[in-house]
Amino acid sequence: MARILYFGKLSSIFGEMSETADLPASISDTAALRTWIDQTRGFDGVLLHPSVRIAVNNEIVPDPSPVSDTDEIAFMPPVGGG
Amino acid sequence: MNDIPTGAVVCAELAFTSIESAARLQELRQRAMGYGALVSFEGVVRPVTKQGEPLDRLILDHHPRMTVSSLERIAREGAARFDICALSVVHRAGAMAPGEIIVLVAVASDHRRAAFQCADYLMDRLKTEAVFWKREQGPFGERWIEPTQRDTEDRERWNEEKTGH
Repeated sequence: MARILYFGKLSSIFGEMSETADLPASISDTAALRTWIDQTRGFDGVLLHPSVRIAVNNEIVPDPSPVSDTDEIAFMPPVGGG
Repeated sequence: MNDIPTGAVVCAELAFTSIESAARLQELRQRAMGYGALVSFEGVVRPVTKQGEPLDRLILDHHPRMTVSSLERIAREGAARFDICALSVVHRAGAMAPGEIIVLVAVASDHRRAAFQCADYLMDRLKTEAVFWKREQGPFGERWIEPTQRDTEDRERWNEEKTGH
């Protein structure tokens, strides 16, 4: 089971700050994961925006980077402001 | 980025309760050896939003590990860039009321210029790169606060300027 974290406005859209998910065998990199989560969790394209960065096990990675079922994967919109 | 070892004493911390400035500054004074200048900055929760509405609470969400790492990295790079003796960065997470301190930056150095510049640099980096997501609550409900172009421009000044000594 992969652990998925949603930060900032993404947590409001999803309704929770995290979930555990069984990644389908076809999802092996961040680009595919981004699209799959966006479509299956009702993000309606928000996750596809390039400003949403992905961290795998606490490291920001570029698309496409490998992901596996044991990773912690964070979707992070732009930080800061105020 | 500059990541060379520095002789400065660097402290970066994520706080979940009120930041006690006086005590933090006293810690810094005790850690800094032979300094001649100390500059401190407090970022404080404003009582009104940018839209002019009253604010009840400011809430900062953080990543369980990456937020602390971002504070440590910014503090370390500030210490490496300027000729300073010691610095302290303390950043709040969680819910805050107007008047509470969000962030405390304090820098001790031999001469004042480096301390002023380092504190300014640290704040510009913190505003744009520290891993926090901010939302505000009030009579209007709740809304997320987006990063601003102004903050990005402030941050980019340091890409051109030389180190101050």
